[in-house]
Formats: sequence, structure tokens, C-alpha cells
Amino acid sequence: MVQLIQAVSQPWHWAVSGFLIAVVMFLMLYSGRRFGISSSFETFCAIGGAGKHISLFNFNWRIGQSQLVFILGSIIGGFIAVTWLHNPEPMALSESTRLYLTSLSLGQPDPNQGGGLVPVEIFNWQSLASWQGIVLLVGGGILIGFGTRYAKGCTSGHAISGLSNLQLPSLIAVVGFFMGGLIMTNFLLTPLIQSMLIP
Amino acid sequence: MKNWRFLLIGMLFGIIMTKSQAVSWYRIQEMFRFESFHMYGIMGSAALFGIIFIFLIKKYKLNDAAGEAMDIKPKEKAFWRYLLGGTIFGLGWAMTGACPGPLYVLVGNGILVMLVVLVSAVLGALIYGAVRKYLPH
Repeated sequence: MVQLIQAVSQPWHWAVSGFLIAVVMFLMLYSGRRFGISSSFETFCAIGGAGKHISLFNFNWRIGQSQLVFILGSIIGGFIAVTWLHNPEPMALSESTRLYLTSLSLGQPDPNQGGGLVPVEIFNWQSLASWQGIVLLVGGGILIGFGTRYAKGCTSGHAISGLSNLQLPSLIAVVGFFMGGLIMTNFLLTPLIQSMLIP
Repeated sequence: MKNWRFLLIGMLFGIIMTKSQAVSWYRIQEMFRFESFHMYGIMGSAALFGIIFIFLIKKYKLNDAAGEAMDIKPKEKAFWRYLLGGTIFGLGWAMTGACPGPLYVLVGNGILVMLVVLVSAVLGALIYGAVRKYLPH
């Protein structure tokens, strides 16, 4: 058991991860549900009573109940991974990404901060005191919620489920994901973070 | 609880997403800067194995746990909603380094400030619902 936990705590090969994500999609289908996450945002709107004013949210939120349980499980899974399966080694980022982080005056991934997964210089509550932090956290969230409902799906629904089912709409959506991502990463994000962190 | 099955699948998903580092802001930046194969490998192999699974489901007409036919209903035919909506989501994905699944998983990882992004995402869905009749689909 100890050896198993040690083995699982090592960084996973991308093919192992990809295979297991496909297994999750299969298990959802086997359980009679489609693998998708972003429709949960609509469920929360429905729970909040937005259906009275906006027809998109006028449905019985219990339809999304099993998805909410899945999401609760994924939060618990994140907790299990960081608590008992944590790898003490820093993430093996490419050298050019490391240089990019330095140019943003961000530190390198540190297993003891932000789970070694996110830069704590940006992802902390104090960020909400700066307009750049609000743009990044609140603005970024609004773009995610708006975009995924406009496109009827996110990475799980389109890039995994949709592409697996060879659906053209999902291919169009994934092209959009990358257009947006490339615009943000290559033109907008660098000056935003620099103006946030470099006085 | 009849939904226990989804709790277990969700836990598996949360562990996979964390250990694969697909929830990492660093990895998403690296991906959009084309500086590593890691994320492309994950998504590419997930889609490839997914294609194989769906092919086998269709070929052998597999049923789900309740005995119903297992299939993915096709999305409606449209163009602009997928391209424009996808692009808007992509902007947010690169900014926060997280798509919707990882947002939840990161909260479990103890990055509680992601709750701000999550609440904002629900707000974004609400705004979409309010203005969708003015948008091209």
C-alpha cells in the first residue's frame, strides 16, 4: 500500500492521464450521464431562481443533481491528491516557460505554495485589492462562464466528449478555445501581470 | 444516496486532474506558448482513447448501468456560437489557467481564491442567459 501511494504520488505520464480522463468519460456514460462540467453554472443560476426572469435557466435544477455530486467528488479528489498524494518535487516545466515566469517577476513552481500548481503571487485574496487582480479573477471567471454557455460546453464537453464522438461543433469550439487562449497568452496576459506585479 | 456513483467518479476525476497537472496555471501557459508537449499529450490521448471507447460502445451497442443505450447526443448544428463562445472561453481559460473542471478541483487543492473565479463564472453564465437573444448563434 505504501509503495502504491508512493508510485501514485510521482508525476504522471501524459498518456496515463489522458487514458484515465477517457475512462472518467466512459464511467459517466455508463452511469447514464454525459461528461461535462460547465453546464453546472446554469444549474447554479437555476437554483438561485434566475429562471423566473431568464428562460435559459427555467428548468428543474434537480436534472443537474448528479453533476453537482460529481463536482463535489472532484473537490474531494483534489483534496485527497494534495493531502496524501502530494509530490515534494517541483513541477518539471520547460526551460523557456521558466524564463517567461521570471520575466513576469513570478517565482518558479513551489510544491509548498499553491499546491505547486498556481502562482500564489496572483492567486491570493490580496489580488482583489488591485484592478489587475480583479480583471484576472473576476473578469476571467465571467469570460469562462459566458463563453462556455455560449459555446455549450468547455474542455470536458467539447475537447474530450465531443471530439471523442467526432462532432464537428466540438471541433469548431476547440478551435475557438485555442484562438482565445493564444490571443490572451501572447498579447494580453503578459502586460496585465507585469503591471500587476512590477511596480 | 443514489448518486454515490457520481461522487466516486468525481473523486477519481479530481485526483487525475491534480496528478496530471492539468489544473496547473503554469501548464496552461506552457501549452498556449507551445513550450511543452505535456498538455497536448494529455488532451490528445484523452480524445484518442475517447474515440476508441465511443467506437466500441457503438460497435457492440453497449448499455449503461440502467440498461439504456449508451450514446452521446449530438450537439445542435451551428457555427458562430461555437467559434465565438469558444474564443471567449479560451480568453478566460488562458487568463485564469483553469477551465471549469479544474476550477472546482483547485478549490479542493486549497486554492480557495478560485471560489471568486467560480462565482464570477456563474455570473458570466447569467449574463449570457440575459443577452443571448442579441448574439449570433
